[in-house]
Amino acid sequence: MQLHEYQAKNILSEYNVPIPFGQVALSDSECEKISSSINGKVVIKAQVHAGGRGKAGGIKIVDNPLDAKKVAQDMIGGTLKTFQSGGTKFPINKVYVEEASDILKEFYLAVTMDFDEKCPVIILSTEGGMNIEEVAEKTPDKIMKIHVNPLIGPSPYKVRNLLSSLNLEKKISQQISNIIQNLYRIFKSLDCTLIEINPLAITSQEKVIALDAKITIDDDSIFRHSDIEELFDETQMNRSELKALRNDLAYIKLDGGKVGCMVNGAGLAMATMDITMKAGAAPANFLDVGGSASEERIEEAYKIIASDNDVEVILVNLFGGILRCDVAAKGIINGFENYNKSIPMVVVLRGTNSEDAKLLLENSELDISFAEDLPTAASEITKKLKK
Amino acid sequence: MNILNQDSNKVLIQGLGRDGSFQAERCIEFGTNIVSGVHPTKSGETFNRNIPIFGSVFEAVKKTSPEIGLIFVPAPFAADAIIEQIDASIPIIVCVTEGIPVSDMVKVNEYLKGKKTKLIGPNCPGYLIPDKKLKVGIIPGTIVKSGNVGVVSRSGTLTYEAIVQLTKLGIGQSACVGIGGDPINGTSFVDVLDMFEEDNKTEAIVMIGEIGGTKEQEAAERIKSSISKPVVASIVGQTAPEGRRMGHAGAVITGKSALASEKINSLRDAGVLIADSPTEIGLKVQELLKIK
Repeated sequence: MQLHEYQAKNILSEYNVPIPFGQVALSDSECEKISSSINGKVVIKAQVHAGGRGKAGGIKIVDNPLDAKKVAQDMIGGTLKTFQSGGTKFPINKVYVEEASDILKEFYLAVTMDFDEKCPVIILSTEGGMNIEEVAEKTPDKIMKIHVNPLIGPSPYKVRNLLSSLNLEKKISQQISNIIQNLYRIFKSLDCTLIEINPLAITSQEKVIALDAKITIDDDSIFRHSDIEELFDETQMNRSELKALRNDLAYIKLDGGKVGCMVNGAGLAMATMDITMKAGAAPANFLDVGGSASEERIEEAYKIIASDNDVEVILVNLFGGILRCDVAAKGIINGFENYNKSIPMVVVLRGTNSEDAKLLLENSELDISFAEDLPTAASEITKKLKK
Repeated sequence: MNILNQDSNKVLIQGLGRDGSFQAERCIEFGTNIVSGVHPTKSGETFNRNIPIFGSVFEAVKKTSPEIGLIFVPAPFAADAIIEQIDASIPIIVCVTEGIPVSDMVKVNEYLKGKKTKLIGPNCPGYLIPDKKLKVGIIPGTIVKSGNVGVVSRSGTLTYEAIVQLTKLGIGQSACVGIGGDPINGTSFVDVLDMFEEDNKTEAIVMIGEIGGTKEQEAAERIKSSISKPVVASIVGQTAPEGRRMGHAGAVITGKSALASEKINSLRDAGVLIADSPTEIGLKVQELLKIK
């Protein structure tokens, strides 16, 4: 689960990580009011779940409260599409209003999970404010890492050694060292998968502050953090994806495809997408109904796929194990009857009760054809699309 | 193949809720010797007519000496169950549970270091050795056939997919191992490849990987350096978008090395026969065994 910058900054502040003065505004007049309490230039930042806001026009610097109001007027209620948002337009409902900082130098600082080393890792780079993947590719020597033993935490000596290699003033490295320890405390307490401060700035007053903040919480840990769950902003999510999430379905909308896929098992779902693509038809979504989906969940899955206007054909590929195929068939038929939108389907059913399921589907009013296996189904799909 | 304790066959099962109980029955049906269950509030009761349930793993170990532990405990408590079984010195643990917090798994991984216990999973279907009537996990016992091909996969459903194809073609399996779809897990592709290499019965290997991480590349390196048996591999997720979690917590493209194409290239470079799609695995293995 991703947090907004303003939410992340509240957390940073709680854990004694210095940030510039700032407040969130829900309207242009609020933005004006906050701006008038700030001396000097004001930064206004669109609160959306996408990186690369600056280049996309989601971050503006203004001189006075009246200009601040105008910028907020333009931003709030609008949408933002960035090079990192994959074509998605994110609605802007809030802006963050912050005092502008006088910056001498920018660093990059992050705590994340290193899945190869199977432990948390602290990443520091002197190339702040840049796309870190690019820095890693072009100048890997500018990226420094500390791997953290999760049973011990980041040893102060390791942090000291890393910082001493940068030849910073003692005052500065002391501040960064504290920030690292505090970020790790957040990382651990909130079960984060990522905390990214880009840039971490050194100001002309020799203060180290977090100018931007990105926090992602491990979805599988949310059960431990009901307070964090409340910070979830559903407006930043595709409506179908949100519906899927509420029904415990793994669903991802894909751009440009026409084939709606309903599969059980993540591996099989990926394989189904691949094969559909190879047969010359692009998948419109990834959908894993899971190993033990109920009739109701399958019905929801059908509705989510059928409500996608891009979908012209539906491919169902189920391998009955704990999931019974007849239960799945009932869910599909209910979905069709309650939603009342007929979309041609090609169905592959194997395993537990697949014969009963076929009978149920044959006797329904669905426009359905059966295939023995996935490759046959995929070529059937391409034929249907051509019609 | 003693690494997976195929000859001891004494299994403890922890977590006897709806799924755990159902799956325990399937294991028993297949011929697995389940000697005890563990459940915090059902101590003193029995399941499946006469198998004793204990309140703790230590007690179950003391009374029934299992050598394999199978975990179905819900995600919030699963890491603790793994640690309990490690502390009770159970040599092999299979954790089926999906959705364990990453922060819990990094601790488990650290705790495992230097210990003799081997962990398979989490978020995995476990393993099955047809010849020994040993089924530890949820791989359907009805689709397997005893034989000489070792199957290893990150995905549960694709493990079944491969097994079904092989069995249909009359090709049996020496062992089927699901290592799980989480980014942090116990046993890796490399561990299982080594096991298959050592095992006299295994003549060929099927490996099914997916996007995310670099474990398939590590496997490719191992195959190149020390696996003499022929390998057929398939990698799914070729059409997956970047940065999205494709059902499995570990199936996310985060940089070039996580791409399916990169993994396929490394494996091909290591001399592995690539099945373009998992639906072609059976035929590829058949092709390979004929040449042999």
